[in-house]
Amino acid sequence: MYKLLLSWRYLRTRYIALASIISVMLGVGTLIVVNSVMAGFAHEMHVRLHGILADIIVEAHSQDGFADPDLLIAKIRKVLGNDLQAITAAVHVPAMININYRGQMLTRQVNLIGVDEATYAEVSDFRQFLLHSENQRQISFLLREQGYGDDEHSIPPSGWNYRRLKAHYERELETQKRLMNQAIDPGGIREQEPVGEGEGRSQESGVGNQESGPEIPQDPFAAARPQEAEVFDPAKDQYTGIILGIAIGSVRQRDAAGKVQDVFLCRPGDDVGVAFASAGMPPKVIAGQFTVVDFYESKMSEYDSGFAFIPLAAMQQNRQMGNAVTTIQLKLKPGVDLTATRDKLRAHFPPDEHPYRIQSWRDMQGPLLAAVQMETTLLNILLFLIIAVAGFGILATFFMIVVEKTRDIGVLKALGAPSRGVMSIFLSYGFSLGIVGSGVGMLGGLAFVYYINQIAKLIELVTGQEVFDPTVYYFQQIPTIVEPATLVGVAVGAVLIAVLASVLPALRAARLHPVEALRYE
Amino acid sequence: MSKLAAIANPQPKVQSSKFKVQSSPTLNFEPGTLNSPSPQPPAPSPLLAARDLKKSYRKGRVEVPVLKGVDFSVRPGEFVAIVGQSGSGKSTLLHLLGTLDAPDAGEIRFEGNRIDNLPACGRDVLRNQHFGMIFQFYHLLPELTTLENVLAPIMIRYGVLSYCWRRREHVERAKELLEMVGLSHRLTHTPRELSGGEMQRTAIARALIAQPKLLLADEPTGNLDQKTGAEILSILKTLNRDAGLTILMVTHDQAIARQADRTVRLVEGKVAG
Repeated sequence: MYKLLLSWRYLRTRYIALASIISVMLGVGTLIVVNSVMAGFAHEMHVRLHGILADIIVEAHSQDGFADPDLLIAKIRKVLGNDLQAITAAVHVPAMININYRGQMLTRQVNLIGVDEATYAEVSDFRQFLLHSENQRQISFLLREQGYGDDEHSIPPSGWNYRRLKAHYERELETQKRLMNQAIDPGGIREQEPVGEGEGRSQESGVGNQESGPEIPQDPFAAARPQEAEVFDPAKDQYTGIILGIAIGSVRQRDAAGKVQDVFLCRPGDDVGVAFASAGMPPKVIAGQFTVVDFYESKMSEYDSGFAFIPLAAMQQNRQMGNAVTTIQLKLKPGVDLTATRDKLRAHFPPDEHPYRIQSWRDMQGPLLAAVQMETTLLNILLFLIIAVAGFGILATFFMIVVEKTRDIGVLKALGAPSRGVMSIFLSYGFSLGIVGSGVGMLGGLAFVYYINQIAKLIELVTGQEVFDPTVYYFQQIPTIVEPATLVGVAVGAVLIAVLASVLPALRAARLHPVEALRYE
Repeated sequence: MSKLAAIANPQPKVQSSKFKVQSSPTLNFEPGTLNSPSPQPPAPSPLLAARDLKKSYRKGRVEVPVLKGVDFSVRPGEFVAIVGQSGSGKSTLLHLLGTLDAPDAGEIRFEGNRIDNLPACGRDVLRNQHFGMIFQFYHLLPELTTLENVLAPIMIRYGVLSYCWRRREHVERAKELLEMVGLSHRLTHTPRELSGGEMQRTAIARALIAQPKLLLADEPTGNLDQKTGAEILSILKTLNRDAGLTILMVTHDQAIARQADRTVRLVEGKVAG
């Protein structure tokens, strides 16, 4: 009884010990904040890395792909049976995209993917990242009337409305130009006339619809364009649709006021030129016009700036590869072990017999995931070292208190308190200090995590330095996940350190000789 | 022993209300509230006996003998004063008798049983249950209130559960003891807020709560002015006379020692004459 009473009284009267516990508190608080933020980032990263990747990807080594994908798909279905939720085939090919931005050609290097509208959405979260709400329900490569973007993504007017206005404007511009040229050089009109405002030209890029794209005079593919019977009217017709990553079609930057905003180089309704290699040897350059029908934003800059999607049929037709595909993508049922399934597939399709490799999305992003994991581990070790340092602080403070309390210890022993009891006074004192420190630290840490965005804003206000730059991270807010297991682990660790730090002083107190302790002045 | 039991653990027939609580520090037990106040007839066996006690301390390489063979005994109900110059070894003797320290040679018997060679836990129990101790510097625990200080030996004896089980009873007894020493108005004060005399009276109450058979007092008046010291001494005398408590007191003050039944003089580590 006296042990509890005394350690409770010591706790309430020795503020120096409470000061030493502040370091434990800070350590615990920091650990919780760091772990929560790291877990939040890791989770966001996992979601984003996984974002447009299927669970397992069977990838052909060659650009020509699998000759008979349906057979392979049937085989995979047979191997996986019930574990398989969805499967789709796609064609991946490196490509160049040319965007006409205010009369300049901007070239972007991308990974062009031909996807099956019907099934591709089933294997990944791709659909959710599209900006048009209709497309989020069903992927479509047809331009929508309007309605792109939402509160989070402000997109300038896009869709057919915009396309018609633009076509009208360009036609007007062309007319005005011609009139001007006529005024300057009346003879020049004759040369222009056969072209018919540049509208008569059409292209046959082999793309789904038959169409032509005249509004880019510097069109690098113009040479490849044969005559087309049907007249392409940009106000009414579109080329084959293409879905671009938002970072391909826009640049994120700050305006004069320091506000982050996206500058769109093209938008749904604009046409872009795309060039890629055909299948077969030697590869030929296939070039064509595509109409941007939507953007996707997976918030993973690597994906958002690197992938563009067109319909699978158009891709196969353009590349003259028949029904061949280069990848088969699988989504597993929830709860199915990713790695085990991958290994099962690898066992069934050994790499020395089959010209493709089988990878899970984790394999494809392995180094990044491992780096984050290692970072978390290292931070945890470092922060636990901080708490350990705090433990030495407690040790020193406790020694001081034991020396200060020498006479009281003598009194207790004179009154018949056993050495064990004296020891447990100081052990339970350390224990309660640990409880207080980690408890307060935990509450502080949780409060910090809860208000982290407000705190970040406050720090921005005070220092003028942006803590969390959305242009860097693509997050509007700092993501945090508080894991109960981490909380428990941190708290137990901190209390344990506090108790361990009090063991030596407690032993010293227990070993004090009562007579010497009583005589101590 | 029955008298001591009576004061330390009032029998039902001894109503606590019969204790006259007085603001005066002088104890005034009403005659008849306790069992017969007449001194007990000298018992053949001493309560505490020391035979040929030797003890020396080391100071660096030099061994300094403090006690050089002390023979000494206390009979139940006696009030014995040990006097001697400072350095004569009287405090050391008291510590040895109180099992706070172990002698180099010789033996100590308590009620006929040897106690100097008991294991640590046995000595802890002895100190806690059979000996009461008061010191020159009071040695109250500064973190605890007067009441808690008095309760400390009880808290040491019982675990959390068994203490809480009979807490009310223990607190009642502590309050009675504090009333007896005239401190009922100081229950929640910390030692820092008490005067020297009040602290010593708290220490006496603390020494009595465990119903000890023997009270060991180490210069109980040494740090007090003459008046307060006299008050403390009169409390001790009242306890000895009315409750039959055996008291062994160490002092260097002849005047105080004269108040005891018997005086043992210690000269250079030996009992003189």
